[in-house]
Amino acid sequence: MDISLLNVIKLLLALLAIIVLLVLNSVVMVWLERKAAGFVQRRPGPYVVGPHGLLQTVADSVKLLAKQIVLPGSSDRLLFLSAPVLAMFPMFLIFLVIPYGPWLTGLEVNLGLLLILAFTGLETLAVIAGGWASNNKYSLIGAARCVSQSVAYEIPLILALLALAFMCGSLDLTVITEAQSGWVWRWNIFRQPLAFFIFVITCFGETNRAPFDLPEGESELTGGYHTEYSGMGFALFFMAEYTSMMLVSFLAAVLFFGGSNGPFINGFWWTFLKMGLFMTFMIWVRWTFPRVRFDQLLNINWKWLLPLGLLNLWVTAVVLKLF
Amino acid sequence: MASPDPGKLSEPRARQAGGLIEPARAAVHPPLVNLRPVNYVFDLGRAMSIWPMTFGLACCAIEMMSASMARWDLARFGAEVFRPSARQADLMLVAGTVVKKFAPLVRRLYEQMPAPKFVLAMGNCAISGGPFKFEGNYSVLEGVDQILPVDVYVPGCPPRPEALLEGIFAIQKKLTGHRFWPQPAPVEDPAFGAAPAAVQEGESR
Ligand code: SF4
Repeated sequence: MDISLLNVIKLLLALLAIIVLLVLNSVVMVWLERKAAGFVQRRPGPYVVGPHGLLQTVADSVKLLAKQIVLPGSSDRLLFLSAPVLAMFPMFLIFLVIPYGPWLTGLEVNLGLLLILAFTGLETLAVIAGGWASNNKYSLIGAARCVSQSVAYEIPLILALLALAFMCGSLDLTVITEAQSGWVWRWNIFRQPLAFFIFVITCFGETNRAPFDLPEGESELTGGYHTEYSGMGFALFFMAEYTSMMLVSFLAAVLFFGGSNGPFINGFWWTFLKMGLFMTFMIWVRWTFPRVRFDQLLNINWKWLLPLGLLNLWVTAVVLKLF
Repeated sequence: MASPDPGKLSEPRARQAGGLIEPARAAVHPPLVNLRPVNYVFDLGRAMSIWPMTFGLACCAIEMMSASMARWDLARFGAEVFRPSARQADLMLVAGTVVKKFAPLVRRLYEQMPAPKFVLAMGNCAISGGPFKFEGNYSVLEGVDQILPVDVYVPGCPPRPEALLEGIFAIQKKLTGHRFWPQPAPVEDPAFGAAPAAVQEGESR
């Protein structure tokens, strides 16, 4: 990529659009999540703040903005304050490389998949930093759980995505999208169903969402790694959670559901529609299933997902070699 | 508060055993930007998202839980986010009996909450000791307002969930100066006749 003025302007515009997207996503999705929770539990959910509670998240953000930030006396100030920022920061880069549509990509790189997998690891680092710096036993246990969970779930995730990369012969997300153009049954979900199955389960593990939300397990850890965070620190961690949810939903849309290829009139709206549907699915799962125990969580991963991932990779390789 | 040597009672602990518990220390800082429109917007935001702490002490907590469930649904007013960590809560709902042994912990939880914070004393126990207020009472704190600055009292044993909702509206009114929701009409109960006012419905049953 050459560094010309035009490219720099384009990059800056893309970053700006991504910031707007992330903020909008958190505002809308937190509202949707609370509404969905209400729907699942047969109650209206947020209702009176704005039409159908639409301004609820805005009120929450205003409140969190004006809340006192408590610095625990025994905390590591620098790490404590920088951890929430660190959780949000790598996200901007990741969203740059996602191909939203045929002409809508912030930055075209031919190793997009690798870059995304590498940078999602940074969020774990932010969680450890926050948990460690709080100097609180609950935060530390939450952070430790987050690390073991993320490390464990990254392996089947990579195995599943590797099978895709094998099939398309590339780590470039644009190429993977183009390989799924044409008919709906060319989408990877139909060509790699096992990889999709593994991907969906690891998604919940990677984003620390229920049923795998053990790092913040409220019933035993009072909030896990963000126990000590108040006000905006907590809001940023919360936003990072919804951002990583959006990230895996975009990945699902691009990698498995054909990205911008739809049944008719291709375009970026398909990517966004599929992303929204996948996120709704994640919310639905969260309010449907109870939380698993930690040993169960790791057993699912090491005893089932890892062998399945290896099997999937092996079968893919054999089929590609034979045909 | 905790004494380093468990075998020996530290000075404040010894005083607690005698029935004296120090009130909470809470400093109020002046707002950074003190303009009326700005304050109003912030207060509106605070009033519309009062997050209580996950914290129940006795039978009143059951009514608190039912207020957050499907029938009364606290979520309509944006107050259903029960935060388990004191650092993220705005409202301390003292729902139940505060025994003297637990009082220091209640006070510590209050001190851990970040600044715009409110206390709602729910039920007669939290208000005055309720049924446990008798001569020779050695174990129950007679009113949580002895240790915390209480904003709103919701009477009843236990108060009905509607009464808890009214208590939350009272905090909203305290913040912004007006009530946002229509006043419910007094209900006629064939067994008791007309209730004096909807707000006191909790006591009429
Ligand atoms: S006021 Fe009544 S219902 Fe509430 S905690 Fe006390 S005894 Fe229980």
